Amino acid sequence: MAERLLEVKDLKTYFYTAEGVVPAVDGVTYHVDKGETLGIVGESGCGKSVTSLSVMRLIPNPPGRIVGGQILFEGESVLDKSEADMRKIRGNHMSMIFQEPMTSLNPVYTIGDQISEAIRLHQGLNRQDAMAKAVDMLRLVGIPLPERRVNEYPHQLSGGMRQRGMIAMALSCNPKLLIADEPTTALDVTIQAQVLELMKRLKQEMGMAIMLITHDLGVIAEMAQRVVVMYAGKIVEEGDVVSIFENPLHPYTDGLLKSIPQLDTGKGKLHVINGIVPNPLHMPKGCRFNPRCPQATDLCKEKEPVFTQVAPTRYVACWLRAQEGLTKEVAS
Amino acid sequence: MSVGALKTPDPRAVTRAGAGAATAGATTVTAAGENLVDVQNLVKYFPITGGVLSRVVGYVKAVDGVSFFIRKGETFGLVGESGCGKTTMGRTILQLEEPTSGKVYFEGRDVGALSKEEMRRLRREMQVIFQDPYASLNPRMTVGDIVGEPLEIHGVATGKKKEERVRDLLDVVGLASYHINRYPHEFSGGQRQRIGIARALALHPKLIVCDEPVSALDVSIQSQILNLLEELQEDFNLTYLFVAHNLSVVKHISDRIGVMYLGKIVEMTSEEELFKNARHPYTEALLSAVPVAKPTLVRQRIVLEGDVPSPVKPPSGCRFHTRCWLAQDVCKTKEPEWRECAPDHWVACHLR
Repeated sequence: MAERLLEVKDLKTYFYTAEGVVPAVDGVTYHVDKGETLGIVGESGCGKSVTSLSVMRLIPNPPGRIVGGQILFEGESVLDKSEADMRKIRGNHMSMIFQEPMTSLNPVYTIGDQISEAIRLHQGLNRQDAMAKAVDMLRLVGIPLPERRVNEYPHQLSGGMRQRGMIAMALSCNPKLLIADEPTTALDVTIQAQVLELMKRLKQEMGMAIMLITHDLGVIAEMAQRVVVMYAGKIVEEGDVVSIFENPLHPYTDGLLKSIPQLDTGKGKLHVINGIVPNPLHMPKGCRFNPRCPQATDLCKEKEPVFTQVAPTRYVACWLRAQEGLTKEVAS
Repeated sequence: MSVGALKTPDPRAVTRAGAGAATAGATTVTAAGENLVDVQNLVKYFPITGGVLSRVVGYVKAVDGVSFFIRKGETFGLVGESGCGKTTMGRTILQLEEPTSGKVYFEGRDVGALSKEEMRRLRREMQVIFQDPYASLNPRMTVGDIVGEPLEIHGVATGKKKEERVRDLLDVVGLASYHINRYPHEFSGGQRQRIGIARALALHPKLIVCDEPVSALDVSIQSQILNLLEELQEDFNLTYLFVAHNLSVVKHISDRIGVMYLGKIVEMTSEEELFKNARHPYTEALLSAVPVAKPTLVRQRIVLEGDVPSPVKPPSGCRFHTRCWLAQDVCKTKEPEWRECAPDHWVACHLR
């Protein structure tokens, strides 16, 4: 049995706006084991980024607030920690890389200053030693001439190098959990390949767990061991990566996989999920996917489906699949 | 496909960027029946100014000697990474940018030699769909005004007739006619892109330049728009220049594909051939870098080292030699010739 690193139970993060309450994350339960990569997929606005910011307790308040649920990191409740304790955890035991490396780096400090700040803060090294460690980190993430680059400002680096710099910063204190929120979305394909290979290598060398948040199903397939699929603030499906891609249970996952053009699919019409993502101020009754679901029944329009275990590593929130799965299990 | 069509972009004209401009006039053999667009040795430099006197201190060589053609009714995909010049290429073909040198022929006519009035009339025939549906629509105009504007400007229809045509167009792109009085902010990203498509269709164009039309959209919406573009192509006999960085999308929609790197097309062939028999090492690396949504697939990935060099000072010889794992001495000094290595398969590489 793998050791639990992070457990999120029934997490609810709401935003209180002038127009009403936005349930960005609405009762989400998942976990990350030590050393594994968990992929979280979903489209814009499904709550995948808010989930990860909640784990780091970085939700801007107001307007956002965690209104329910539990987050356990190494068995300790993150939500009950003081702000001072949180600061000791962030960047040290869990750290984060963001999508846009240009906006998440401070333009008036050199890349070396920014990396060594975390090292000095968390590991108590002096300025000189921290700078030397920063150079080591830059070398580790494959930046050429790290001794020179360490003194450069973000605008002097290319997009791929900035993202490497971010990764170097996030990894400088050997975190146990790395949260990567769309880490390669702003990068070109060949640079994306470099960064993904780097993350794989570092994960192996340092033994950390990764929570990878992305809308790119290709990236998930290459990186993750387990996958969580989110839709409109809820988890609709969870499972190991192979069964999610080869045997998707939820109609949303199924539709999503069919609608992406693949390098080996032929011409002709692409599969389409009709309609659009619901307005979070007016979530549909019952299953939130029911207005777009080709198989929706009356039950789906009335009652919210329960997140059900259908196989040892498979969970799904769908009335149709849950029943099928359960009957199958009984039969076997 | 006739042989004439294949001959059109003269390979000799591409070997030297500067020399091509002088010879372009002499080598114009345009098979007007086959090709809608012929681009010959197109060059677009943007000046960089500096100092107190704002003197020109250098050039961004965005497009640097490119020749290709687009056949009537096909979709020509242009792929490449950011800064490779693919968007500038699209804009230069539309004459939204004046080329530094080189020629663009539209149905056999030299677009650069047209008078202002002739150009204005030609603009009806070529339209554009932009990447960002949030930025490319005027927030103060209603959908009716946005889609109807080209009709009015070109004096095609006004008043009741215009409104009727706008309603038709909205119907064609899958919007409802009651949307006519709404503003862009009332629509989702996918719907906004449909408004942009309706506007592009308004004047019955022959060519539509689609500049990253789906990259700002979510996966489930992306397939809706791609299907719509394909339907419209069939119904209205459209020709697309489809500019995008997502290879899977380009593969799905294109008949032929050109791969750009640092202001040059390095390889051009049919979609099938490109994905089966890529010749240029850059194409190979690009194809292998695309993440595939198949967790069980094990494949050898070519990871290129380093970044794309600056288009201000592109490397000598073959521009890809600084990142190419096959590079030899000749690649550093001599620019590879743009040649047809197999029927309808063009490549610029010394080694392949």
